[in-house]
Amino acid sequence: MATHRRRLIGTVFAAALAALASLPAAAQPKSIVVASTTSTEQSGLFGHILPTFTKKTGIQVKVVALGTGQALDVGRRGDADVVFVHDRVAEDKFVADGWGIGRRDVMYNDFVLIGPKADPAKVAGTKDVAAALKRIAEAKAPFVSRGDKSGTHAAELRYFKLAGADPLQGKGSWYRETGSGMGPALNTASSMNAYILADRGTWLAFKNRGELGIVVEGDKRLFNPYGVMLVNPARHPHVKVSEGSAFIEWIVSKEGQDAIASYKVGGEQLFFADAHN
Amino acid sequence: MASRPPSSLLPLVLDDVSFAARGRTILDRVNLTLERGVRTVVLGPNGAGKSVLLRVMHGLISPTSGSVRWSAREAPGAPRRQAMVFQRPVMFRRSVMGNLRFALEVAGVPRAERGGRAEAALDRVGLSGIAHQPARVLSGGEQQRLALARAWMLAPEVLFLDEPTANLDPGSARAIEAIVQAIHDAGTKIVMVTHNLGQARRLADEILFLHGGRLCERSAAADFFHRPATAEAAAYLEGELPWRLTAAA
Amino acid sequence: MVVTLDPKLGEIVLLSLRVSVSSVALAGVFALPLGAAVAVAEFPGKRGVVTTLNALLGLPAVVVGLAIYLLLSRSGPLGAFGILFTPSAMVIAQAVLVFPLLAALTRQVVADAWGESREQLVSLGAGTWTSAFALLVDVRYTLVTIVLAGFGRAIAEVGAVMIVGGNIDGVTRVMTTAIALETSKGDLPLAVGLGIVLLAIVFALNIAATAIKDAAQRHHG
Repeated sequence: MATHRRRLIGTVFAAALAALASLPAAAQPKSIVVASTTSTEQSGLFGHILPTFTKKTGIQVKVVALGTGQALDVGRRGDADVVFVHDRVAEDKFVADGWGIGRRDVMYNDFVLIGPKADPAKVAGTKDVAAALKRIAEAKAPFVSRGDKSGTHAAELRYFKLAGADPLQGKGSWYRETGSGMGPALNTASSMNAYILADRGTWLAFKNRGELGIVVEGDKRLFNPYGVMLVNPARHPHVKVSEGSAFIEWIVSKEGQDAIASYKVGGEQLFFADAHN
Repeated sequence: MASRPPSSLLPLVLDDVSFAARGRTILDRVNLTLERGVRTVVLGPNGAGKSVLLRVMHGLISPTSGSVRWSAREAPGAPRRQAMVFQRPVMFRRSVMGNLRFALEVAGVPRAERGGRAEAALDRVGLSGIAHQPARVLSGGEQQRLALARAWMLAPEVLFLDEPTANLDPGSARAIEAIVQAIHDAGTKIVMVTHNLGQARRLADEILFLHGGRLCERSAAADFFHRPATAEAAAYLEGELPWRLTAAA
Repeated sequence: MVVTLDPKLGEIVLLSLRVSVSSVALAGVFALPLGAAVAVAEFPGKRGVVTTLNALLGLPAVVVGLAIYLLLSRSGPLGAFGILFTPSAMVIAQAVLVFPLLAALTRQVVADAWGESREQLVSLGAGTWTSAFALLVDVRYTLVTIVLAGFGRAIAEVGAVMIVGGNIDGVTRVMTTAIALETSKGDLPLAVGLGIVLLAIVFALNIAATAIKDAAQRHHG
């Protein structure tokens, strides 16, 4: 029985240890964690540009894709080395509060207003995003919001404010907050035939479009700039300063900027490099 | 057993032992002293409290009142110096040898000695040929012999048996009786409950007769079967042995 | 559609298996003996422990994920280990998740076996732990089923591993988080394909384990 017992425990322990040991834990010599947004990850941009960086520097980049608000929070907690997001107001506050340092412009894409082809609020044709949202609010046409404090969510609320409309009045009826990422929110909008503000990158890569299409685009105010910054090592001493800085330097370098500009989906360029070297 | 402590467990003294469960009295102020050497057989009708008496003596259940006193204390955690064989043998899902080895391990027998002791025990009950079979798939008679081997192997001073042959065919029952006799011959005190009066006649030196939870009569076996001292015992013997009436008629 | 994902798919499947096998092993090392001991031991508050174990069966994965996230975060009490967003963090989260399942089911099975053999074990002089381990060995074929149930819960779970693993491509992306990602990209056919692969793996494991268990059980009776 001692044999039995010892064998039983031994087997289980050995299995646990073997399995744990075989995990690719801290095996990579150099790696950084980048907290970024679903738009950059799900559009496929990172998959396109990161191998070039890793090949050149030997630094593995681990991307945790979240909403901008969550990504900044992960940085604030010290769980990432670099933050790569798109909400200028929140980014500036993040830096001002001392959580991030050395913010750099990287690129921009733009938001597009997506809506059903039937266009119940009659917004197609206009280039004015504020006017379009005003009409949607007046028509009480179904509108899906991220509702997750992401950069896209913040932009959407900004545009509603410009339109002089308060979408929260319609909360629960025509205005639906999903509290989810861009993709899930698009899935929701697709199944509800609702309007939704999306970043162009995710929209182009999105496959389950159903009856949805772009109804408003091209408004200068739909400009959506991305910034990158290092988590402040004064706050979190374990931040990998040299590797993180190397990533930031590379992505704003000519090579990084060219990599961004060369990423296309269906022949369409998704992100426009705008680091001011 | 060279390692046995000098002082004997026996005699065992039960002092005013009662046991009640769910408001029902099962043992009612039992007083008795069990000496070594004699084979004690407990008889009585169903519900008389025979099995409970055995379990109280063996320490499986605590009496509601009264005391069970052995002449030597069994230290908690130390190997037990008494054993019990149940009506339905409890075997673990291991081989025959595995079951014996487990009992030896619990008894603190060093690993190196276990194999030899287990084989010797199997040999004594005639199960050597099936040492490596799974214990649970043995026949009822074989399992009970294995249970006896397991108990005997630990060289207990006292062996309690609770109707060990109740579920067995006559041939298997005879084999069990022979083993119990051999265990007695090897110096272990036998305390056995049975319903089989023939078995009681063959094995008993003395009879404890329980009735309604009380120790009704205690006599030498020969006296009990020929001249029961109480009306309850006489009625029990008549009821259990209808052939006696027909033979007398 | 799934075929086109190779060899990345293989990597993801392998990581899923590694993480879930590790977590079940890790949880099992503690949950099985504990469940057995709770079944065998008599102690004050036993009913409370049993009720708690059974209640924890309904532990939401997201809550476990969040709790482990807060523990492992650099700003949390265990932040110094730096294992957030690694497979180890996922193993811990899944282990916490399946622990109550393993412990509660083991307790139930061992309690039944204890009912049958309590007198024999006490008669032999076996203490609580000896009895608990002996009964664990005795019910080992049923434990296979219990461990499989734990494995099923672990490998099918998405909420906790998403939070503590971060769904990092090539590092912490497992089958369920990959399915969630493909769903959010609107690539429903690929998501369904991955789901079928996951299902097939769980099925195959169950069939294999059940076959072994049945054969062994027939042998031992």
